[in-house]
Amino acid sequence: MEESKKKQRIGVYICHCGGNISDHVDVKGLRDVMAGEENVIISKNVMFACADSNQKEMIRDIQDNHLDGIVVASCSPKLHLHTFRGVAERAGLNPYNYVQVNVREQCSWAHSDHPDEASLKAAGLIKAGIRRVASSEALYNIEIKAHRSVVILGAGVAGMRASIDLAKMGNQVILVEKEAVTGGNLSRKGALFPTGQKGTELVETLTRQVKNEPAITLFTNATIEKITGSIGNFQVEVAIHEKAGETLTFATGAILVTTGYEPYQPVEGELGYGKSTRVIPIDAFDQLLESKSGELQFEGKTVRRIAFVYCVGMRQTNGNNKYCSRTCCTAAIHSSLVVHEKFKGVKAFHLYRDIRTYGKNEVLYERSSKAGDIYLLYQEKEPPVIEPRGDQLLIRVKDQLTRKRELELETDLVVLVTGMVSRSDSTTVADRLKIPIGNDRFFNEIHPKLRPVETVINGIFLGGSCQGPKNITESVQSSLAAAAKINAIISKETLFLEPIVARIDPKACTWCGKCKEVCEYEAIFQVETNGKLVASVNEPVCKGCGICGPVCPYDAIDLAQFSNAEIEGMIDGFSDVVTLVQKTGTEEVTATKKTVKMMDFPSEWRSIMQSLQENPMTIPEIATSTGLEPALVTWHLMTMNKYFIVEPAGMDDSEEYYRYQLKIN
Amino acid sequence: MVTKESPRILVFSTEKISDPGIDQAGLRKIHYSPTVYVISVPCSSGIKPRWVLHALQSGFDGVFIAADGHECSYSPRCPELTNDIIAECQRLMKEKEINPKRIRMAAICSVCAEPFANHMNNFTKILTELA
Ligand SMILES: Cc1cc2nc3c(=O)[nH]c(=O)nc-3n(C[C@H](O)[C@H](O)[C@H](O)COP(=O)(O)OP(=O)(O)OC[C@H]3O[C@@H](n4cnc5c(N)ncnc54)[C@H](O)[C@@H]3O)c2cc1C
Ligand code: SF4
Ligand code: SF4
Ligand code: SF4
Repeated sequence: MEESKKKQRIGVYICHCGGNISDHVDVKGLRDVMAGEENVIISKNVMFACADSNQKEMIRDIQDNHLDGIVVASCSPKLHLHTFRGVAERAGLNPYNYVQVNVREQCSWAHSDHPDEASLKAAGLIKAGIRRVASSEALYNIEIKAHRSVVILGAGVAGMRASIDLAKMGNQVILVEKEAVTGGNLSRKGALFPTGQKGTELVETLTRQVKNEPAITLFTNATIEKITGSIGNFQVEVAIHEKAGETLTFATGAILVTTGYEPYQPVEGELGYGKSTRVIPIDAFDQLLESKSGELQFEGKTVRRIAFVYCVGMRQTNGNNKYCSRTCCTAAIHSSLVVHEKFKGVKAFHLYRDIRTYGKNEVLYERSSKAGDIYLLYQEKEPPVIEPRGDQLLIRVKDQLTRKRELELETDLVVLVTGMVSRSDSTTVADRLKIPIGNDRFFNEIHPKLRPVETVINGIFLGGSCQGPKNITESVQSSLAAAAKINAIISKETLFLEPIVARIDPKACTWCGKCKEVCEYEAIFQVETNGKLVASVNEPVCKGCGICGPVCPYDAIDLAQFSNAEIEGMIDGFSDVVTLVQKTGTEEVTATKKTVKMMDFPSEWRSIMQSLQENPMTIPEIATSTGLEPALVTWHLMTMNKYFIVEPAGMDDSEEYYRYQLKIN
Repeated sequence: MVTKESPRILVFSTEKISDPGIDQAGLRKIHYSPTVYVISVPCSSGIKPRWVLHALQSGFDGVFIAADGHECSYSPRCPELTNDIIAECQRLMKEKEINPKRIRMAAICSVCAEPFANHMNNFTKILTELA
């Protein structure tokens, strides 16, 4: 990282944010101070920096004045970093020669109780931004070629379904299955909700499609041993266990994890399990139902009464499995219906904690109740006590709905409705892939709502129940969503990655290996330059964490955008003394308010105003009409209300939400 | 109470986790001393001791590290590595006869608005007493 030339033509934009900043911070005073800073060519105030009109003006300024760096002092970079990077780019300036300074969340709002000090702080923040941009380097996205292939881990319903689609979209698929057979949990299941189709049949159909698809290569009895590389170009080492010691390495553009779940295994003595062979988990019960016809027999005896005990191993207040498996209620009720359909005169009792037959499956619950099934509510802290009595089982349960009376039941079978737990090797898999895992040991996505199938590792995706309990529909939905995302990435020939990576100065490095040792991503390797062994960074693999920086005894490592010059420049900027003529901007805002033109508003305000043109609307209605998130609408409306742009107009007909109407036109 | 002489605090905060927490303090108008300045970095284990020293030798009274703790998405060893960095900072600070209490750390998560403000108020108090 050569010492880059300091920027000499810097533009500074200080935003009023319609008053959010200028009410508490002396933006005009700051503008004048910044105009006097070294290398600052332009220093301006703007009503809304993010407004289209201002973006256009910035582009003009950059081009007309040949600016080589810009600083925008406005809101948190979380909101508009990409907006202004885009402005820089459109103006022909490198997007990394722009610095965002947060004078709203971290200044005007945080210190609205001390406006004078807030103005002084803002001066320090902006001066730091100017020094940072002065030392900033132009950076270019890292270009890589993507392999059009995917490695999929786990040939359950989620993995097989995604394989088929990815193959049809023109990708090569390597499907790696740990077991000797495909299908995962469904290969052991009979009639499934909601259609009654058998698990074994579904698996057979999918397996046939997988085998008939020339672009899919299926390895059974195989696991992954090692993964290196990064999005577009991973190297995945697959161990083929049938041929001891054999491993194959595949170059692949993306990885999809569909390793599923394991059924919860009750412990000895839990709810009578192990004390009698007549206490069985639900999977075994479903297989029993499959194998019998005419009369339901178990161990040579006709079964007349069955008790299902719900939530086994799940929703533990004190254990690790705090979650609900969400499919087991429906599965148990569905099994009970299968019993009534296939065999006459069997009575079913359901010992439950809550019934979660959510969505369309609620009708199954109704059908079971109408078929005469009896539902008894127990509490976690007082679970049913189950003991063998002759060739039957005696169950004692406190029913919460009949004044907590203890009831005694005799049944021929107890079915433990066991939920899902993570795979016993999930920690090993997480370690190999370097993806995060929750306390429940299911894999974690980046964001449960907004990015539900991506992991923090670019190019590694999740599908199916390895993320947490899902039914088949949900498992397939997520794995197909991942398949579509993967295809969108690897079908492009070239990928561009963010250039925030570590750079090592070969002159200073002595190859001590310390940086390589701390890098979690194996991004650092040894090279020879000019006859000297030094460390070097594999840029596409580097995650830009900067962890290697502080461990280098020779300070040979800088992270792009976080170089010593940039950080220490900021610290100097904070400490640079300023004198501002102290005044708060309230009157100023009232003065400017009248002259505000529609074009000066942020684009979100304009679309909200547009939707209110005709009639007053509630927040959810505005959200639907503008496509903005309801939370954002709320936030913008509050500010618009403050500046007399909108006003509340009574409650809506349901008396649930306020309506808002335009106050100015 | 904030005075013109309030201690100056430099906060290193993590972009993805601590920064949103600090932003939220502002959004909710939970106030703390206006002599607190924040620099965001990707990971607290990437903070170089020379930056900390630079701050303490150029007018800052204290440095606060807002870390991700076990939530760090880069390295499971992050808490341990950040601790090493703080230990190294304190070693260097002793050499320069700077009180090692002038550096502090806490995990600040993306909703830690109040905890952040409390940490700032506390640290302000500690630094005022040191002065
Ligand atoms: C009691 C019960 C009843 C249910 N009944 C129904 C129902 O009636 N209807 C319904 O819609 N849903 C039902 N479900 C849910 C259903 O079982 C799941 O939605 C479905 O099986 C999830 O499929 P999957 O592919 O995600 O996982 P899995 O079926 O678990 O498949 C994962 C595959 O990955 C393989 N694998 C694991 N680890 C590795 C590794 N490290 N390397 C390579 N391969 C690996 C496994 O061997 C397996 O083949 C029920 C669940 C339970 C607990
Ligand atoms: S789905 Fe029903 S049985 Fe399964 S854990 Fe949730 S509440 Fe318990
Ligand atoms: S820690 Fe520094 S000196 Fe050691 S190998 Fe890495 S870059 Fe080179
Ligand atoms: S910045 Fe992080 S990922 Fe990149 S080389 Fe350094 S330690 Fe490895």
